[in-house]
Amino acid sequence: MAYADDVENEELHEPTGFIWKYVWSQDHKVIAIQYSTTAILVGLVALVLSGMMRMQIGFPGSIDMDATAYYQAMTMHGMIMVIYLLTAIFLGGFGNYLIPLMVGARDMVFPFVNMLSFWFYLVSVLVLLASFFVPGGPTGAGWTLYPPQAITAGTPGSEWGIILMLVSLIIFIIAATMGGLNYVTTVLQARTHGMTMFRMPLTVWGIFVATILALLAFPALFVSGVMMLLDQTIGTSFFMPDMMQFGSQLDYSGGSPILFQHLFWFFGHPEVYIVALPAFGLVSDLISIHARRSIFGYRMMVWAIVSIGVLSFVVWAHHMYVSGMNPYFGFFFATTTLVIAVPTALKVYNWLLTLWRGNIHLTVPMLFSLAFIVTFLVGGLTGLFLGNVVVDIPLSDTYFVVAHFHMVMGVAPILVVFGSIYHWYPKMTGRMLHDGIGKLHFWITFLGTYLIYFPMHYLGFLGMPRRYYAYEDYPFIPESAQSLNAFITVVAIVVGISQLLFLFNLVYSYFKGAPSGGNPWRATSLEWLTPETPPKHGNWGSSLPVVHRWAYDYGVPGAELDYVPQTTSAEEVPVHESDHDE
Amino acid sequence: MLTQARTTPLPFVASSGYFDQRSASAKTGLRFLMAAMSSMFFLFLLSYILRSQVSDWEALSEPWQPLAQTGQLWFNSALLVVASISLELARRSIRQPDHGHSRELLLLAGLSSFGFLVGQVAFWNFLTSRGFFADSNPANAFFFLLTGLHGLHVVGGLVAWIAATVRLSRERRQPTEKGLALTKLSIELCATYWHFLLVVWMLLFALLSSSPGTYAAIAKFCGLGD
Repeated sequence: MAYADDVENEELHEPTGFIWKYVWSQDHKVIAIQYSTTAILVGLVALVLSGMMRMQIGFPGSIDMDATAYYQAMTMHGMIMVIYLLTAIFLGGFGNYLIPLMVGARDMVFPFVNMLSFWFYLVSVLVLLASFFVPGGPTGAGWTLYPPQAITAGTPGSEWGIILMLVSLIIFIIAATMGGLNYVTTVLQARTHGMTMFRMPLTVWGIFVATILALLAFPALFVSGVMMLLDQTIGTSFFMPDMMQFGSQLDYSGGSPILFQHLFWFFGHPEVYIVALPAFGLVSDLISIHARRSIFGYRMMVWAIVSIGVLSFVVWAHHMYVSGMNPYFGFFFATTTLVIAVPTALKVYNWLLTLWRGNIHLTVPMLFSLAFIVTFLVGGLTGLFLGNVVVDIPLSDTYFVVAHFHMVMGVAPILVVFGSIYHWYPKMTGRMLHDGIGKLHFWITFLGTYLIYFPMHYLGFLGMPRRYYAYEDYPFIPESAQSLNAFITVVAIVVGISQLLFLFNLVYSYFKGAPSGGNPWRATSLEWLTPETPPKHGNWGSSLPVVHRWAYDYGVPGAELDYVPQTTSAEEVPVHESDHDE
Repeated sequence: MLTQARTTPLPFVASSGYFDQRSASAKTGLRFLMAAMSSMFFLFLLSYILRSQVSDWEALSEPWQPLAQTGQLWFNSALLVVASISLELARRSIRQPDHGHSRELLLLAGLSSFGFLVGQVAFWNFLTSRGFFADSNPANAFFFLLTGLHGLHVVGGLVAWIAATVRLSRERRQPTEKGLALTKLSIELCATYWHFLLVVWMLLFALLSSSPGTYAAIAKFCGLGD
């Protein structure tokens, strides 16, 4: 269960030399930063692509972008944001950095495999980006890559682009699996003395359950990816039905495109929670720390995370209502989808109850956390609409869906990413991020994303279809919709450019930021109690920390400070009798 | 409400050492790896059943098809059984003071696994020589895909097997406590993984050589058929 004394005495092989320390590093903190940096850089590519798409929609013809390029941008934007940015940064970035520190381990349990995980991830990103430079360009099949269109002529990149996309995904899955084995095993086997599962910060719980989801759900993407790759390259007919193309019969026969959709969404829906659960965990910690209140209903929060994880495997077909299905199936999936709202709503209530009568500090991480709650709520509520078959069918192919998933799965998690970076940057670098720039960045991003996505709900109700390259000459789309589109584009460009503030802040504060000390937020969890900041190789100096309490002892009556670190013994400050312990 | 200062019993149970911890980690890691692999094979098998219900499917097990005679595959299976059993025996004998026949058993396991792979490739050749290519029928495609993926996982296992063999021979030359613990761990992990590979293979073999009636029955059971 935990480390024995021998481990503490085991010699730490601290790497020497630049290459071994920062390039071929097996230190979880370095790997975390490598993962995050790569994810943010590739995310910038996706951001630029979205800016280009918005220019085309808001001001048609203003940039040199044809329909092919538009679909390619759309596909790459979606895939990069969901997989290569969000999944990678939550699991590879925050998971790597925080799990060993929060559970009191010296490193991940398989450091070499952890290093391989990053390098596989990097290769997958390079393969993906390489598709911009192959004949025909990247795939434009939409991020869901539905066959048969993904691999038939007429779809952009149906020859080389799609192959590179699939190969890249397969490599990514191998990377995620190698990383995932590390995260779960470290949580289960490398916790320090006294760190029971129910004393772990919710961040660790969120990442832990998300990783289990990833280990079980990514195989579905792998399976579908491999079979489509074979359909494309050697002409098998797993997914490809009998079909005509340009008047001649293709060599395919009998394949089932619906099978692909099932496999894709059997991965795709848990994927939403692979991104959301770590965000839930991180934001719980941010709220508790910056409101100086113990998290409300810790155990309930844990079980909510676990039950959301389990339920996420039985809702996938709600992405396929418009594909046609047995009405009883539709009823089943609508029901499970609405049931998942229960634990999710429970979490939202618990966050609010944590804030209730809290000593709320409107720091940048707290601002982002509050923004997350409202954004997630809005995105979640529209999910209740779309979870119902009869409401989904008319709305499915409209901007309402674009608004819904960008709110719930794009903006909400990325707000947590920002909040968490503002929160843990001092631990990573020893310096605070600049507060003023941070607040400016927050307000532009938060208000901006609302101005972008809120109007899209109305566009959806107007019937404005999604996935279109141009909206001219459709009588049912009123003139005002075009004005709104132009407005959204202007805001999107402003928000996109304002992200430079964040990047500038990261670089500027690294050199000029105010020194943070070891525990600038006066937090209780172990990562703030390392002997050095940033923590050195091995994290804990000569001996591992011993944990005596949960991570949420804020405002304990009778305690000297308003927070009690997890390492404070029961003799010094009594351990709170509540549902968190035992 | 607060209670009086309550002693916090440490749930930590002193483990007997570094290698226990390391070995527990490795076993947990392997279990999760096998869970992920199970998820993958399970989804492939579901896809297989679903696809088998389309009319263009020509089951390889029909009397006039190559899998009507499964002699070669039974032979290959026997090799994998031998590998699995010898790893299990190696796992037990390494615990004996003189390590028993662990070296020979490990060697036998590796060779028979290699033999299994050669046998599988031979069967592939047999199929292609008779004109059964992956693109000629979805049943063939699944056969190549599933046996290929299983084979790749055996290859991966052989890498771990090489590590175990190297550790064992190093341990025999220069016995150390640490070396012995690592060797035991390696062999134990290999044994577990091979049992898993054997179970997966038996499931694959059973399914690939089943009759179309069986597929229809499974499909119906899963609500996939007509």
